[in-house]
Amino acid sequence: MLLILAILLAIQPPGIPIAKDYPNDDGGKIIVHWTKTPQEQEIDGYVIYRKEEGGTFSRIGFIGRGNYKFTDSNTKDGVSYYYQIGAVKDDSVLAMSSISEPSTSSQQWFHTGRVNVLVGVIIYAIILLYFIYHARMGKKLFIRKIPGLEALDEAVGRATEMGRPILYVPGLSSISDVATIASMNILAQVAKKTAEYNTALIVPNRDPVVYTVAREVVKEAYTDAGRPDAFNPDNIYFLTANQFAYAAAVCGTMVREKPATNLLMGMFWAESLILAETGTTTGAIQIGGTDSVHQLPFFIAACDYTLIGEELYAASAYLSHEPLLLGSLKGQDWGKMIILGILIVASVLILLGLKDIYYFFNIG
Amino acid sequence: MNLSPDIWVWVSAFLTLCIFSFLFRDNLLYRFAEHLFVGISAGYFIAITWHNVIYPNLVIPLFKQGNIIFIIPFAFGILYFTRFIPKLAYLIRLPIAFLIGWGSGVAIPATFQTYIIKQTQGTLLVPDAFLRWDSGLWAVIGLVGVVSTLIYFFFSKERKGILKPTANLGIIFIMLGFGASFGYTVMARISLLIGRIQFLLGPWLGIIK
Repeated sequence: MLLILAILLAIQPPGIPIAKDYPNDDGGKIIVHWTKTPQEQEIDGYVIYRKEEGGTFSRIGFIGRGNYKFTDSNTKDGVSYYYQIGAVKDDSVLAMSSISEPSTSSQQWFHTGRVNVLVGVIIYAIILLYFIYHARMGKKLFIRKIPGLEALDEAVGRATEMGRPILYVPGLSSISDVATIASMNILAQVAKKTAEYNTALIVPNRDPVVYTVAREVVKEAYTDAGRPDAFNPDNIYFLTANQFAYAAAVCGTMVREKPATNLLMGMFWAESLILAETGTTTGAIQIGGTDSVHQLPFFIAACDYTLIGEELYAASAYLSHEPLLLGSLKGQDWGKMIILGILIVASVLILLGLKDIYYFFNIG
Repeated sequence: MNLSPDIWVWVSAFLTLCIFSFLFRDNLLYRFAEHLFVGISAGYFIAITWHNVIYPNLVIPLFKQGNIIFIIPFAFGILYFTRFIPKLAYLIRLPIAFLIGWGSGVAIPATFQTYIIKQTQGTLLVPDAFLRWDSGLWAVIGLVGVVSTLIYFFFSKERKGILKPTANLGIIFIMLGFGASFGYTVMARISLLIGRIQFLLGPWLGIIK
């Protein structure tokens, strides 16, 4: 019956499938391509069959007409698979392709689609190392004034005069977040100042790992400042991993402990305005800093000073004046300069007809 | 009015009102709800971490399947507890150093890829953008915005000469972006408030359906 139907409709089989290892992956995938059945308007789509060496074909998927590519995501690395494509209509296979050559999946160590990322990271690393080397050799590096950080001394001094603590909120993200790493660097500088002024520093944490890092950072800062005795481990504590429970508890701390200064540095989400608004109502001086574009407007609205994105990353270098950090800051500026140059030069060249430059930025 | 007969709806409504009472001032009800929220969520987090992280990713492969390689992350994890032994407390730096190194290693290429390479590509002027005058104009405005914003974030040069007006233009672009983002995010926050009000007026009081 099917044969008669196929003859009546004169459906020719799809082209011989070509199966290849899925490129730039961690194995377990084979991609299959084929050419369409000439009478494609007569069918619903294509059924994909697969078999192992010496086995029998079984159906592994269906794809609608107009598509000639299928990714088999359920393969064992090193095993040879054969593929066959059937043109199907109303669940009946009308024509079967020839069998593909065998293919095996494997994992790749190097992602060839991301060579541009590698090139960029290497260039950037060379620039950073160059400036760090020069900074360490004693070359004086200039940094312009950042108002939010200029206010930090004033904020710590105010807390000392009022005899009230400083609340440092290190954001709600994990330690793998760049903003959290920057926040830990700033915390080290703030802790040094509070140790020198003998001002209490409260650091509530949402992430258990960030809590451990924050505790060590503060402890070391107190030791560096020559005041290990003043370090109070009870002031650096883990609250909860729940976002709004954490926000509720920090708000409670703000109104009960009445810190003279609130420092909100790191990654924030929907709780940013809740924290910043509560801080404002307590009359604390507030410095907010984040690289979250969606939360920055709230900090600008509710905080006295705000560190916008990159300023957060620059803060630790600015505060410490350590050659390593200053050199990296200078390197970052050169990185920006290079991007700026690329934007202008590449735009001009593309408009002059060198379109291939545009595709250099494609990421596989 | 059609009050809910469900005790848990009443508990939920009571706790919602306790939290809302903070709008007036800090009080006993808010403290009660806050401590309950923190305590329950911390306990829940521990249970979730055990069942979804430690048990399937460490206990099963190491102790049930005998996969000895998992002894490495197990030993690293255990080092976190050395902070309770003052003589060995310095060992806590090993897992911390590993995590920060790993975090930076993962974050830097990903950030480079997403925020630098793709955005650079998106900012480039291409001939297709000039097929229509308005899209061409927006492409040029986008390029000017990116260039001036980048200059705003130069830290190692004094803002003098050409840098000053360019950085000032950059802050205008930044604030325009923040303004749009502010409006968009406020709408999302309002929808959260509406959700709670709907709960109070609907499932609890039965005033609205």
